[in-house]
Amino acid sequence: MSTAADREERIAPTLELRDVAKSFGAVAALRSGTLEVEPGSIHALVGENGAGKSTLVKIVAGVHRRDAGEFRLLGQAVDFGSTAESKAAGVAVIYQEPTLFPDLSVAENIFMGRHPLGRGRRIDRTRMYDEAHALFARLGVAIDPRRVANGLSIADQQLIEIAKAISLDAKLLVMDEPTAALSGNEVARLFAVARSLRDEGRALVFISHRFDEVFDLCDTVTVMRDGAYVSTHRVAETTEAEIVAKMVGREVAELFPKTPAPIGEVVLDVEGLSSAGEFHDISFQVRAGEIVGLAGLVGAGRSEIARAVFGVDGYDAGRVSLHGRTVPKRQPRRAIRAGMAFVPEDRRQQGLVIEGSVAKNVASVIRGGLSRAGLLTASAENKAAGPWAAKLQVKTSALDMRAATMSGGNQQKVVIAKWLATGPKLLIIDEPTRGIDVGTKAEVHRLLSDLAGQGLAILMISSELPEVLGMADRVLVVCEGRITADIARDEATPENVMAAATRSAAPAPTSPSTKEPVA
Amino acid sequence: MSTATLHPSQESAATRVVQTLLRSRELAIVIVLALILVVATSRRSSFVFSADGWRDTLLAPSILLLLAVGQMVVVVTRNVDLSVGSTLGITAYATGKIFVANPETSVVVVFVAGLAIGAVVGALNGLLVTVFKVPALVITLGTMYVLRGALTHEVGSDRMTAGDYPAHFEKLGTQQVLTIPVLTIIALVVVGLVGYYLHTARGGRELYAIGSDPDAADLYGLPSGRRVFGAFVLCGALAGLAGVFSAARYATAFSGTGSGIELQAVAAVVIGGVAIFGGSGTVWGAAIGAFLLITINRALPILGISEFWQGAVVGALIIGSIVLDRVLSVRRTNKLVEARDHA
Repeated sequence: MSTAADREERIAPTLELRDVAKSFGAVAALRSGTLEVEPGSIHALVGENGAGKSTLVKIVAGVHRRDAGEFRLLGQAVDFGSTAESKAAGVAVIYQEPTLFPDLSVAENIFMGRHPLGRGRRIDRTRMYDEAHALFARLGVAIDPRRVANGLSIADQQLIEIAKAISLDAKLLVMDEPTAALSGNEVARLFAVARSLRDEGRALVFISHRFDEVFDLCDTVTVMRDGAYVSTHRVAETTEAEIVAKMVGREVAELFPKTPAPIGEVVLDVEGLSSAGEFHDISFQVRAGEIVGLAGLVGAGRSEIARAVFGVDGYDAGRVSLHGRTVPKRQPRRAIRAGMAFVPEDRRQQGLVIEGSVAKNVASVIRGGLSRAGLLTASAENKAAGPWAAKLQVKTSALDMRAATMSGGNQQKVVIAKWLATGPKLLIIDEPTRGIDVGTKAEVHRLLSDLAGQGLAILMISSELPEVLGMADRVLVVCEGRITADIARDEATPENVMAAATRSAAPAPTSPSTKEPVA
Repeated sequence: MSTATLHPSQESAATRVVQTLLRSRELAIVIVLALILVVATSRRSSFVFSADGWRDTLLAPSILLLLAVGQMVVVVTRNVDLSVGSTLGITAYATGKIFVANPETSVVVVFVAGLAIGAVVGALNGLLVTVFKVPALVITLGTMYVLRGALTHEVGSDRMTAGDYPAHFEKLGTQQVLTIPVLTIIALVVVGLVGYYLHTARGGRELYAIGSDPDAADLYGLPSGRRVFGAFVLCGALAGLAGVFSAARYATAFSGTGSGIELQAVAAVVIGGVAIFGGSGTVWGAAIGAFLLITINRALPILGISEFWQGAVVGALIIGSIVLDRVLSVRRTNKLVEARDHA
């Protein structure tokens, strides 16, 4: 409780970050993060993917240590070296997908390491269950404290994290995209809980890409872009358009020039593709020589769509055809034979035999054709790989160099080379330049542009707006598993793509205490 | 506001206890154990109903009991200790050495020495696993061979025999209190203490948490390294004690003593329903698993099954119990998910 004298002065903000920076190697994930959260407020933190929000959160959570800048909690300068320290200081972070102990009871998940003790330092289970029960009663939710955490919905898992935060008497709760995996009702329940925590005087940071939620729930919003602070607004005094403009904020440089290529016949035709919980009624076409960009936020379902098209994952309804011939589902081998190539998002794990040589990697998809009597010789691999590596200017001293030791850009080229060796008609490429330095980025872009010029149909997933706008002939925007916009190259702007990407399909929860969501 | 109401489990505590018991994995093994005892006894009543039969039924599992308890504590943290057989061999031989040096040595001293030697080996394993973050399977496979090699080098073709152990120590191997062998009583006390700790102490619960999800344990700020280290020290110490037991019971020790018993310990733990990937299971289960394994080995000849098939039976039991666990856990998860979707 504050005394009268305290109240005379300005109450110290619960969280104060000023010009906080963090680099990983040469990559500056956060250049200048600034955030000030008042007690009894819900503060939205918004920004594009890669704006530095997650890094900022991890610094607050004690996962990362900042390189520079000021960090105060409840007016005290702090410097967390571990999650335990930040927790002890009153910080609770609720991640999009909470990490619970699946084998243990709900109550133990809340009280692990600080179980209520009875006589002889024995765990007092009755009290533990009662206290957990009381916490849930306070949150107004029905979760049996005795059941195991395994099998709980994401929404319930988040509530357990919140119950834990309350039992620790956390002063600051950070929720990192908590609503991404929730249904409308679950969102409403979460917001009711968030409001009651705010009314208790706690400070909340709410990260979301859904503007209707931000305007519904939060009172203040801070915008970040490219690892730096942009602006802070009172929600009542701003508009969605203003926030979007601040988020995008930069000129789309002509860094990514796709040279115009003649657009040919339809190569890929996707009709009414649906997969429960992943995406719904997805229909689109990709023509020869065309680059179609799949834009949207991380988690919108773009990668899932690509994986289903290629046949890695199954789908419940719909049809995928290549050159008019239906491609069977769940059979990537058939998809490859039909002429599809897929460069996944995570090259290290999914696209490369990371310990293998360049030649082995390039030749890996066409092994069947190279082997003689079931034997595959290194010379056959080298022979097949050589021209491709040269064509793509993979900078390796020799084909037997291990893929693991190459730069991200060269690894990406090896993956692309590997697929080009199969002579594909359609190339699906997920985040083609993630983790690649600027110089090589342009090379990858030029390569994609050349390939389109040679008549290859390309479906490119990218979270980087400038890349999508610069490269794609057509932009399909995915939002929560649906295509919400199909925008031609000359009409696409950062604003209209971003607006389509953040349009929420979930019914906006409303309650008397909130204002109308801004349209 | 949410319209959800509160309706946690409405059954009484008594019903819940009964239900838990009926659903418990331990009960299933107890039933199998009882069946084997009944069938073997009906074939040959002396299997249980004779002074020797009764003593053997209780005494034979005592060594494996200790190993299974230690192994369980390690396995529940998502680790494994394969070096316990070598540790057992070392302390069994060391016990002989101590008595050769001074036949008057008190039994208590030998027990403490066994525990201490084992704890040192456990500490070594624990350090390697927690500091260098190398999987325990690899580390303890290494220490298993290194220690066995050291023992063989030290012992050569030498052998401790009945004459090397004093009578007061050998008596311990067969001594009974109210017809219950002393070694078994000690082993059961260990089972009780460790089980009590795992169930009622914060540190014990943290072992489960670490095994259930190591990453979550780190995010919680649990002292994972310290706990896993402690688990290895305990496992090593109990293996050391098991070596002393082995010396007392068989009055012999040579370079191959305890070789292969580490896998029996792991088998007992798995049969006892402890998840090999950690996070769940009980010491009681592991203890019953040890009883079951030993009893099966004793019963098979009586049931007319040749000893060549004993290994196969144990293997089938392991596979069967793992498949059973898997099926049960999938069903449980499906049920929980279903309950959630219909909520």
